[in-house]
Amino acid sequence: MKAIVNVSLKAGVLDSQGKAVHHALDSLHFNGVEDVRIGKQIVLKLNENDKEKAMADVTKMCEELLANTVIEDYEIELV
Amino acid sequence: MKVSILQFPGTNCEYDTQHAFESLGAHTEIIWHKSETIPSDTDLLVVAGGFSYGDYLRSGAIAKFSPVMKAVSAYAKEGGKILGICNGFQVLTEAGLLPGALKRNEHLHFISKHHHLRVQSNENIFLQKLNNGDIVNIPIAHHDGNYYIDDAGLSELKANGQILLTYCDERGNEKNPNGSVESIAGVCNKEKNIFGLMPHPERAMELILGSDDGVKMLQGFLK
Repeated sequence: MKAIVNVSLKAGVLDSQGKAVHHALDSLHFNGVEDVRIGKQIVLKLNENDKEKAMADVTKMCEELLANTVIEDYEIELV
Repeated sequence: MKVSILQFPGTNCEYDTQHAFESLGAHTEIIWHKSETIPSDTDLLVVAGGFSYGDYLRSGAIAKFSPVMKAVSAYAKEGGKILGICNGFQVLTEAGLLPGALKRNEHLHFISKHHHLRVQSNENIFLQKLNNGDIVNIPIAHHDGNYYIDDAGLSELKANGQILLTYCDERGNEKNPNGSVESIAGVCNKEKNIFGLMPHPERAMELILGSDDGVKMLQGFLK
């Protein structure tokens, strides 16, 4: 099983990279973009078949290391 | 007076820090991160600057799990004094020993220059040799120095006098190089035994190098 973890800055925390990319898109005349948020994706290959157990493990990984929950949110997808 | 200085893979300010404290008459020891203890005669523990673990994942995120960090947490709980400079500040926030977090600089550049700072609270051992409102000139050198804390956390910092230093111009007017909330450059914990700041006082020890304002800061810790 794989876990795909998306980590991004919380809503309300200014995303400077997203803002810079938004400006760059504007200057390329992609004017239909309202907002850009940049995060990171962490893909974990797990040797676990129990989805519930995997979700619990990865949640713990996010809380302890993969995300800094002071400024970041995370989403976990199991595939 | 014994200063123990932590060294992770990627730390690069440990020898400057050692030189700075020895020039003030302290004994120093560099502690490799794999050590599970810190010397029992430690009067001050410094988490030095650099790029621990290459800043992978987030600055300071991996260092917080180094073997030595359990001893650091225990030392902190006993009231031991800890100073985190630059990457050391990032490590201490990641470890939950200091409030808030350090984000990428607002304009995304690595900033390396002297910057003025205003002393906000001298009611602590670190800044006791300075007066509130004093302006010091100290180098900054960071990519992730944009201090973030939520509104509730900010109110708490203010209520407890935990904001140590803010960025300013040479006259003391607020000037924010990196987007930090309220231009915060350094904070301490509520108990005032753990200190963290992005600027490098250990690089401001001699006039010939541009400033000796770091002397009065580091002297605060000396017995």
